[in-house]
Amino acid sequence: MRFSVYRYNPESDDQPYMQEFEVDVNAGMMLRDALLDIKVQDESFTFRHSCGEGVCGSDGVNINGTNGLACITPISVLKEPVEVLPFPGRPVIRDLVVDMTQFYHQYRSVKPYLTVHDPEPEEEYRQSPEEREKLDGLYECILCGCCSTACPSFWWNPDKFRGPAALLQSYRFIADSRDQATAQRLEELEGPYRLFRCHSIMNCTNVCPKGLNPTKAIGEIKKIMLNNNT
Amino acid sequence: MSSSIPVRRFDTLVIGAGGGGLRAALQLAQADAHVAVVSKVFPTRSHTVAAQGGMNAALANVLPDNWHWHMFDTIKGSDYLADQDAVEYMCRAAPRLVVELEHAGVPFSRLENGKIYQRPFGGQSQNFGGDQAARTCAAADRTGHAILHSLYQQNINAKTHFFDEYLALDLVHDEDGTILGAVVMEIETGEVMVIEAKATLLATGGAGQIFRTNTNAHINTGDGMGMALRAGIPLQDMEFFQFHPTGIAGKGMLITEGARGEGGYLLNKDGERFMERYAPNAKDLASRDVVSRSIYTEVKEGRGCGPNDDHVMLKLDHLGADVIQKRLPGIRSTIQTFLHIDPANEPIPVYPTAHYTMGGIPTNRHGQVVAPLGQTAEETVPGLYAVGECACVSVHGANRLGGNSLLDIVVFGRAAGNHIIDYLKENRYHRPMAGDSIDKAMARLSRWDQKGEGESVRELKDELKKTMEDYCGVFRSDEILAEGVDKVIALEARLKNARLQDHSKVFNTARVEALELENLMDIALATVCSAHARQESRGAHSRIDYPDRDDERWLKHSLFFKEGRKLDYKPVRMKPLSVDSFPPKARVY
Repeated sequence: MRFSVYRYNPESDDQPYMQEFEVDVNAGMMLRDALLDIKVQDESFTFRHSCGEGVCGSDGVNINGTNGLACITPISVLKEPVEVLPFPGRPVIRDLVVDMTQFYHQYRSVKPYLTVHDPEPEEEYRQSPEEREKLDGLYECILCGCCSTACPSFWWNPDKFRGPAALLQSYRFIADSRDQATAQRLEELEGPYRLFRCHSIMNCTNVCPKGLNPTKAIGEIKKIMLNNNT
Repeated sequence: MSSSIPVRRFDTLVIGAGGGGLRAALQLAQADAHVAVVSKVFPTRSHTVAAQGGMNAALANVLPDNWHWHMFDTIKGSDYLADQDAVEYMCRAAPRLVVELEHAGVPFSRLENGKIYQRPFGGQSQNFGGDQAARTCAAADRTGHAILHSLYQQNINAKTHFFDEYLALDLVHDEDGTILGAVVMEIETGEVMVIEAKATLLATGGAGQIFRTNTNAHINTGDGMGMALRAGIPLQDMEFFQFHPTGIAGKGMLITEGARGEGGYLLNKDGERFMERYAPNAKDLASRDVVSRSIYTEVKEGRGCGPNDDHVMLKLDHLGADVIQKRLPGIRSTIQTFLHIDPANEPIPVYPTAHYTMGGIPTNRHGQVVAPLGQTAEETVPGLYAVGECACVSVHGANRLGGNSLLDIVVFGRAAGNHIIDYLKENRYHRPMAGDSIDKAMARLSRWDQKGEGESVRELKDELKKTMEDYCGVFRSDEILAEGVDKVIALEARLKNARLQDHSKVFNTARVEALELENLMDIALATVCSAHARQESRGAHSRIDYPDRDDERWLKHSLFFKEGRKLDYKPVRMKPLSVDSFPPKARVY
């Protein structure tokens, strides 16, 4: 099977270029296996990867125009030649490795941690199964970055727009019955950029390898804000 | 050479950002210690993220429970090799630390009364060997993910300094053996710096990558263990490597023990629920070493499933799609992705798969690294701590119970953090830097700048993993292990002739992998040498030529030193902190 992969090493290349590789494939092979095979052919080919089962979120790349995790993308569904590029809109460090600093910065900016002002009880906080269910579809995020780097609003304003991944996490805490900082969280998302740059294009939801729905979470935040303002 | 390297200075350096490192860092940052966390991957990509089933604590939310019963189960599970003071400490602390995690935001699954959901797991009992207990606190089957992300989030809140995508190369120590920090390399630029610290904590995880088929991530290369060995510190009990009974056959992805905890069971090709023969009481929830050996035996005796009779089946479909989706959504999705089947309809092909490093850097229950470097067997190495899978405290002994590893990292991460806080009060100043060990670390790095033809790092790594699988697997013998030792020594010699083709400084993953292979090679050697020497069967170490446990000769910890590949031994700490000792007994499930 033919693969065309993005190559760029700032030390030796003036320009990025695409390089073709032929990989022997077998049934059940994932894209990550193919990338590892390419690395056997050319040790200098560089990409991040680790767990190999879609849990650590290291190997997000752009595959035939769509963001996804290499380790859980079966090559059987891919059109030849398979084009593998780094995430769009991020500075390239080398080959498929991009600089995710702004993505992580936006994540930190939403204060993604449970905030409780009351004194802590000796036991666990009580949370009903129904309350806990509200976190399903939110807490599973692996911070791979597929969503935010597929989002045109994030491409244009990665410094101001929080992006789908961070907003999903913001809502994860707003939705948590234990959290006591909702008012502050909402206030910090006011303004034209942080939240409201989302125009519900839904690229984020379409590419999420964990099947999560950041657009819906963003919609829920907007709904709460509107209700609070009326 | 060492004078030109930039230096950063912190109170404490934590190497590794999995659950152990992050729990310790949180403790330190909240106490206003200036702490740096170095991790070769972005913290939430550490392998704690892949832990599925849960974390043990005697909360008694579902069935009656008691930390003392948990202690008994852990010691029995360890085949009596665990240090009983450390086990008591861990089991007593467990309920409070689960509550702490819950307060930190971990989205545990819930019971109708709003308390944390708990499920049965292997090797758990009520009342010292009685009925099955339900001790494992779970967030569906993504408990590691839930804990790791929450700990990272709380570290953001605590303003911990992170050095993401920095690879630690070696410890810096002075002539007295006091640890002064570490030499680290920024992967993005290839630049090296020294991080000076009054206390250094290794929390670098396990080394499952020494085996070909494993449940571990690519990054699990035991870097901290390698660093310890090179600093003259031995590794303890390395012959005890856990094979998880249920990795996806041929592929290795983990299927949580929680699948059996929720009611799943194993079948051979005759459709027989064979664990009933091997463990009449606990059946599929016997200890992992027992279940793995049973599967291996079924396959060896011709009762395996599939066209090659080479695996067994894990049956879940009788649980119903609802329970599977609610309690085991992660493994359902993994099975759908990799096997294109739905466990709600079809059984899963499984086989024992290399999973967990029971051995590691010897420590006491405060996380202080201890070694026979002076007068006694357990002298502390000043300034050095280790926790989690890279350490051997030892709470897992010869066989770890499922649900005890997430507990281990949280309990001893916190304990080490607390001990370091006290240590910092007594050690208020950084000691003079020692150039020698920095030069050695730099030499280790620059050796890979040599150009020309040579052995390939990847091929050596593949051969090493295959060798360990063939010569140091579930069942072992003198003959096989002796051959294994020779083969790994030969591979180690060939590693000296390996050369890289990629000499770029920018995000050079080939160089990272070469440095990792040096660690794996040392760890594999420690494992196979320790296994060859131990002439008994205990826990995960099964010798067909010595089928019985031999407490008279072998109720002791092994210590492997890199220099001269020397082995030493020290006694097991049989005396708990406050309760009576559990003397070794025959171990039946």
